Amino acid sequence: MMNLLKNLIGWIDARFPLISTWKAHVSEYYAPKNFNFWYFFGSLALMVLVIQIASGIFLTMNYKPDALFAFASVEYIMRDVQWGWLLRYIHSTGASMFFVVIYLHMFRGLMYGSYRKPRELLWIIGMIIYLALMGEAFMGYLLPWGQMSFWGAQVIVNLFSSVPFIGHDLAILIRGDFVVSDTTLNRFFALHVIAIPLILVLIVVAHLVALHEVGSNNPDGIEIKKHKDANGHPLDGIPFHPYYTVKDGVGAVGFLIIFCAIVFFAPDMGGYFLEYNNFVPANPMKTPEHIAPVWYFTPYYAILRAVPPLFGSQFPGVVAMGVATVIFFFLPWLDRGKVKSIRYRGPIYKTFLALFVVSFVGLGWLGLMPATPTYTLISRILAVVYFAFFLLMPWYTRIDTCKPEPDRVTSK
Amino acid sequence: MKVIHKLGMLALLLTASAMALASGADVHLDKAPIDLKNTASLQRGAKLFTSRCLACHSASYMRYNRLRDIGMSEDQIKKDLELPEDVKLGSTMQAAMDANSAKLAFGEAPPDLSVIARSRSADWLYTYMRTFYADPGRASGWNNLVFPSVGMPFVLADLQGKQVLRVENKKGHEVKKLVLESPGTMCTAGSSLCVAGYDAAIADLTNYLVFMSDPSKMVRYDLGYIVLGFLFVLFALLYALKKEVWKDLH
Amino acid sequence: MTENVNLSKRRLLIATTAAGGVAAAGAGTPFVLSLMPSERAKAAGAPVEVDVSAIQPGMMIGVEWQGKPVWIVRRTQEMLDLLARHDDKLVDPKSTVPQQPEYCNNPYRSIKPEYLVVLGVCTHLGCSPTYRPEVAPADLGADWPGGWFCPCHGSRFDLAARVYKGVPAPSNMIVPPHKYLGEGRLLIGDDSKEAA
Repeated sequence: MMNLLKNLIGWIDARFPLISTWKAHVSEYYAPKNFNFWYFFGSLALMVLVIQIASGIFLTMNYKPDALFAFASVEYIMRDVQWGWLLRYIHSTGASMFFVVIYLHMFRGLMYGSYRKPRELLWIIGMIIYLALMGEAFMGYLLPWGQMSFWGAQVIVNLFSSVPFIGHDLAILIRGDFVVSDTTLNRFFALHVIAIPLILVLIVVAHLVALHEVGSNNPDGIEIKKHKDANGHPLDGIPFHPYYTVKDGVGAVGFLIIFCAIVFFAPDMGGYFLEYNNFVPANPMKTPEHIAPVWYFTPYYAILRAVPPLFGSQFPGVVAMGVATVIFFFLPWLDRGKVKSIRYRGPIYKTFLALFVVSFVGLGWLGLMPATPTYTLISRILAVVYFAFFLLMPWYTRIDTCKPEPDRVTSK
Repeated sequence: MKVIHKLGMLALLLTASAMALASGADVHLDKAPIDLKNTASLQRGAKLFTSRCLACHSASYMRYNRLRDIGMSEDQIKKDLELPEDVKLGSTMQAAMDANSAKLAFGEAPPDLSVIARSRSADWLYTYMRTFYADPGRASGWNNLVFPSVGMPFVLADLQGKQVLRVENKKGHEVKKLVLESPGTMCTAGSSLCVAGYDAAIADLTNYLVFMSDPSKMVRYDLGYIVLGFLFVLFALLYALKKEVWKDLH
Repeated sequence: MTENVNLSKRRLLIATTAAGGVAAAGAGTPFVLSLMPSERAKAAGAPVEVDVSAIQPGMMIGVEWQGKPVWIVRRTQEMLDLLARHDDKLVDPKSTVPQQPEYCNNPYRSIKPEYLVVLGVCTHLGCSPTYRPEVAPADLGADWPGGWFCPCHGSRFDLAARVYKGVPAPSNMIVPPHKYLGEGRLLIGDDSKEAA
């Protein structure tokens, strides 16, 4: 039996780089030994991607991308399809949890300077994944064809119509109609179930390949490749398998406990994961009293609303929103700090990072609220803080007083 | 323990604020006594729903045979709910009145109620169905505290009786209060008992609407405990294995 | 593995793998079960009630049950008499292959001889055979006593839906579960004892 298996592997390996791939990316990929809690979120993101693809495939088998039947087909899945409710709740919970995981994964990068040389491209690929994920989530949100699906899509697509000169036609091109309609639903479905997932999987693979080329950063922000043993393995590195496979396994199950607690006990999450108004079928004649995007978009939505219209155009707000996402791409060149990790940074960077977190969370909360004058004022202040974190970075990272980096990784 | 408690409170707060958003109005909502384990209440609610609400509203995603989830046998579903001959157990709940004539009669088609307890909260429904009052100024003769100028006439008036609106001025604040002017058939004795009788019936109905909006709730919670219990075991095993694997590192 | 095997580690590894396997199986089950017929499909496949007293003698009606055609033939006395005369040409004249419920295992393959209830699907490759009740038509030969002819591959069945020898279909056509609710009221798809 064992011999047969060995022969089979040998046969494949003579024709396909099976063992060398396994070695390069798993059993002999040397990762720093001092990963902490924040290093779980990369593998968790990969797991959520798999969960979403699996549950998505099974949902597709019963969902109907037709304005007349979409809402009913979701309820059909929830009631008539055996275990359909579980598939649907897994997928809806997965959408929000994907962003929870991604935001924490990105925050880890901010804290430990994971975007710094030589990992600039790794960071950029990661940012492309993030943008693709936003598109994927936005299009997926239209599919249940509830009131929030419809009006959310209406509002976001209309943002494009504020682009000077071409905006009007651009919005029509996106919708394929003069309003969000059956045509829009149908094309969003196509993009959501095949186009973007395909791209996502490809760039996730590219992200991993780039990571394994340059090696993982670590909480100390120093390069473990500087010190190698006689075999050429980093002294502070340990093989990914078995050390991090079991450790990430613990993280995965811990995550699944939270995930399942939501799926089984609070799939609505108090209206944040599944909005109440989305249980009303889409009605193009009647806007709900209060429209808010799903929580993971609200920081950007708040920035959009915070910018006052210029020359009677909403375009500056749209630009601000776009810049707020795209600005992450430039982090590797904005940061002029002598050290990478927050552990050895001075008080100025720490303050700015803390302020950034406050502004991001605060904007996220404000994006859910109706736009009152007070809230708009707070949004403006927080938006300024948000951009200051990036735009002032070349200055404050240079003048910040850093502590000396250790030569070897520390275990605490 | 404390952390869990705090997290729970936070979740409650978030839920409460979201609910306030969902209802839109700042009218006080009474807490609906929801208990999905109480099958007797759910069955009474189902009876009230099919005999009254289904006249105009549909529940077109809900199949009659799904009522087995609340402990009703096929015979009970047929007999207790007085299903017409041509309605099958596997049929979905359709309104007696067709949508077009309903739209003519009420100005707007009565909404499908399959998932109404998800778009409106249980508390909203529980309060709504108890705060109709006579309003001669309206074509239907009725108005509602949480849904002003509602299109629906108060079809349960025979049960609750007729309420009227009293606006009192308390320290500069207008306080709206409903007073039962003439009692309905749910009154057996005294006006307080009569209110309790009707409220209990509406509690049953709300309970049923909550069940109907997501029947998976009947198995989801129990299954959830099993899944979580199992995951905790798996977590413990993996954690021990991780300790074991990492032991030789130091 | 050969050098001093760490027993506790090995035990843990086995336990974790087993628990992980259970978890994977548990997670996969709902996915697989979601492929089974939904409540809607089951409702559409619910037992069908038919009034058979309205069928003219010698005629056949078709009803849909579980999306499949079910045929009901009201056989005349002549038709029934002809059934016993060609047993030697049939593959399974005594209906030994369980293609019918126990209560239809008789020469007429029915509860009441008059009414034959049969699934209108050829046992060869699932085509729907044509009803040919006439005796000795030109195209089917002089010894044709009435029955079904499958246009796809030429399978032949008699009026008890029994298959002839020398045709592609291997067995008699299927008699679905059914019962009589009263005089002339037939229920297809349910043969439970309790009254419906």
